[in-house]
Amino acid sequence: MAKGVKPRVKVPKSASAGEAVTIKTLISHKMESGQRKDGDGNVIPRSIINRFTADFNGENVIDVVLAPAISTNPFFEFEAKVPESGTFTFTWHDDDGSTYVQEKAIEVS
Amino acid sequence: MQLTRRDTLGMAAAASALALAPRSALAEIPMVGGPDEFLAGSAAGSGDLTLTAPEIAENGNTVPIEVDAPGAAEVRVYALGNPVPGVARFKFGPLAASRGAKTRIRLAGTQDVMAVAMMEDGSFIQATKNVKVTIGGCGG
Repeated sequence: MAKGVKPRVKVPKSASAGEAVTIKTLISHKMESGQRKDGDGNVIPRSIINRFTADFNGENVIDVVLAPAISTNPFFEFEAKVPESGTFTFTWHDDDGSTYVQEKAIEVS
Repeated sequence: MQLTRRDTLGMAAAASALALAPRSALAEIPMVGGPDEFLAGSAAGSGDLTLTAPEIAENGNTVPIEVDAPGAAEVRVYALGNPVPGVARFKFGPLAASRGAKTRIRLAGTQDVMAVAMMEDGSFIQATKNVKVTIGGCGG
């Protein structure tokens, strides 16, 4: 598990049924590309988040595959439909096999 | 099946990649790949696909981009001048309200950024944008 990984997600607290809500996610991660070299000329091994998924009540919203060309602290903004009250589950998959999960509830009136 | 020279080379490359991968990495790391692999021979037309990127990026380490392709099932983004062209693959699920997303990418230098969208009927459309980069983002 990489150090200092902290997911941050912005989801509105409430919405009306069927409304498109804008979601912003950011996870602090160094996203080492595997292209850089250290002072002695050795390649620094790749260590990135390779996949990000967002689901709402078990249904998929977006599924992103990340390459090393995604910047440090990967940021995503996208829109989701919310048919009813429920919970968003955001999952980030690290190259080292660990996953980081963040959940956010939303109230639909 | 007849083996061509190209097949043999491909298999040899795949085998050595497997042999080099550490055991933990065998748990299937998804890849974006290159544009040719995604298009698989079909031609990409132009259409309702918007790729928004700055004309001049001062810092190649973090270039904000946005893709928007109404009716797309999947959008892939490529940076054609990077050491590895694949940048990201967006797949939209049943609850995606729009077929677009924003993110930040790394660009090694001034180059074309390309987005290819696969529509729900299986056809492809593409959009390209040139981005001038003052400081490259892939280290050296």
